[in-house]
Amino acid sequence: MQANVEVKSNEPKPKKRAKNKHINWTLTSVLMVVAIFAILGPIYITIVIALKDPSQMTNILSLPKKIHWENFANAWSMTDFPRMFFNTLFITVVNIIFTILTNSMAAYVITRYRLKNKFFNMMYYYFISAMFIPFNVIMLPLVKEVSAFHMDNILGITFLYIVFGLPQSIFLYSGFVKGIPTALEEAAIMDGAKPYQVFFKVIFPLMKPMHATVAILSFMWTWNDFLMPLVLLSDPHQQTLQLAQYVFQGQFSTQYNLAFASYVLVLLPVLLMYVFFQKYIIAGVTSGSVK
Amino acid sequence: MKSRKKGKKIPLTYYMMVVPIGILFFIFHTVPFLRGVFYSFTNWTGYGSWKFVGLKNYLYMFGNSNITDAYWFTFKFALFATILVNAIALAIAIGLNSNIKFQSLLKAVYFVPYMLGSLIVGFVFKFIFSNLIPQFGHLIHLPILYNNILGTTHAWIGILIVTIWQGLAFNTLIYLAGLQSVDPEIYEAAALDGVGPWQKFRDITFPLIAPFFTINLVLSVKGYLMVFDQIMAMTNGGPGNSTTSISVEIYTQGFQGSQFAIQSANAVVLFIVVLVISLIQLRILNKREEKLS
Repeated sequence: MQANVEVKSNEPKPKKRAKNKHINWTLTSVLMVVAIFAILGPIYITIVIALKDPSQMTNILSLPKKIHWENFANAWSMTDFPRMFFNTLFITVVNIIFTILTNSMAAYVITRYRLKNKFFNMMYYYFISAMFIPFNVIMLPLVKEVSAFHMDNILGITFLYIVFGLPQSIFLYSGFVKGIPTALEEAAIMDGAKPYQVFFKVIFPLMKPMHATVAILSFMWTWNDFLMPLVLLSDPHQQTLQLAQYVFQGQFSTQYNLAFASYVLVLLPVLLMYVFFQKYIIAGVTSGSVK
Repeated sequence: MKSRKKGKKIPLTYYMMVVPIGILFFIFHTVPFLRGVFYSFTNWTGYGSWKFVGLKNYLYMFGNSNITDAYWFTFKFALFATILVNAIALAIAIGLNSNIKFQSLLKAVYFVPYMLGSLIVGFVFKFIFSNLIPQFGHLIHLPILYNNILGTTHAWIGILIVTIWQGLAFNTLIYLAGLQSVDPEIYEAAALDGVGPWQKFRDITFPLIAPFFTINLVLSVKGYLMVFDQIMAMTNGGPGNSTTSISVEIYTQGFQGSQFAIQSANAVVLFIVVLVISLIQLRILNKREEKLS
């Protein structure tokens, strides 16, 4: 209860309606009970198992009598965590940077000129219709192509994430670009700005809210993606955190405490991000789906 | 190059911003797609020589019980997951949008599952089904819980439960965005007219959040027809092949089996299924939205 009260006082602004109506306590309790058991329950189980040793597993749900931090150390070295973490971080960060740079550029030009120019209009429909082609449909031939180009590594998969993000980015940015008045660009051109300066100095900074959305969605995609690493990355040194969990399932077998410590290591960065940037993440995911 | 003439005012720089990445997209996305369609008419096993076999792979698919079973499983799964996730998510969203205490905190908690990778969530639930629930079953002497559901003919329900657990987060968020876009004064006016709660939902809330319903439904169906991660984490398609989805079938038989061409045909059919279902949904739902507004 203590924690709840504290969080409540952190609430940005009280809802308008809350003032003139009674708080529905029955509904509040139902939602809290469901949240605690159904949502936080599995997360609690994951953490307590990660902290126990096999002898304490007779009662799975009990709190650990003695905390076994060494589970984390063992999982850390067993799954080669630092390397997997670095690989995943590299993919995630490089993907975010280049997706924002290259995709926003393409989306801007396509959106601005598609009504004046057939080529850009065609490109718009080309990318939007590509949204209907799921990765599962192209993965068999893609794997052949990727190994022919020797791109079955971290660098190669990062490149693919950037390119494959295009349809969604164009969809997201185009709605946003439409809302930017053309007068701004015209004024910049009058002042003698070159086309790339118009984009980087005038438009790019204005797109900031959409950059945030694209960054959040890209992060969620690459950090949690399992299928693309599974089919493209085979070298044990060139794997991601998610893929490593799958690869090490056999080795963990019934060493649940080690396996769960490993899961916690993978989930922790995302959960920490969520605690700190919760408002932005929720706003980003919402605006990415609801225009 | 007719378009060049018409758009001659557009500086070359702008073409450079689109054309190179467009070419890369073509090479790595469109070319594999077209090659997949091409291979689906051959007998290629993934290496060596091949020849055209016409529609043989497609005909084989309909006669192969593994593949037809994968379609039935996927359709059944997608149908149940879509209906249950959307119904429960809407209920939670309505709850979260009411006059409750700790509203922001609860909203934040209900969204947590979206952040977690579905592979790991699958592993955690696999443990819950195989160890925790049987342990609990013995404690309360309820024999129905003694067995791990993932090892029985009801394994698909286990996968459904995980999918619902995770899928609720996103759909609830979207419904909540919809509910918050409704002007509270409409409800106040309705309350003065003595409108009951069910009528309020049916005649006011639902029509106003219809666009959000469309988004959720289309994304849910598309996502659940692709179901893969949870299955790989929990059952690997088993027991037998009772939880093998279309994607799992394409992956296991296409890469590990020697059915490269047959699974290419399978991928093409999956693409057509997803496309047709999405377009039908968009059409029906948009029409209804128009009628409502």
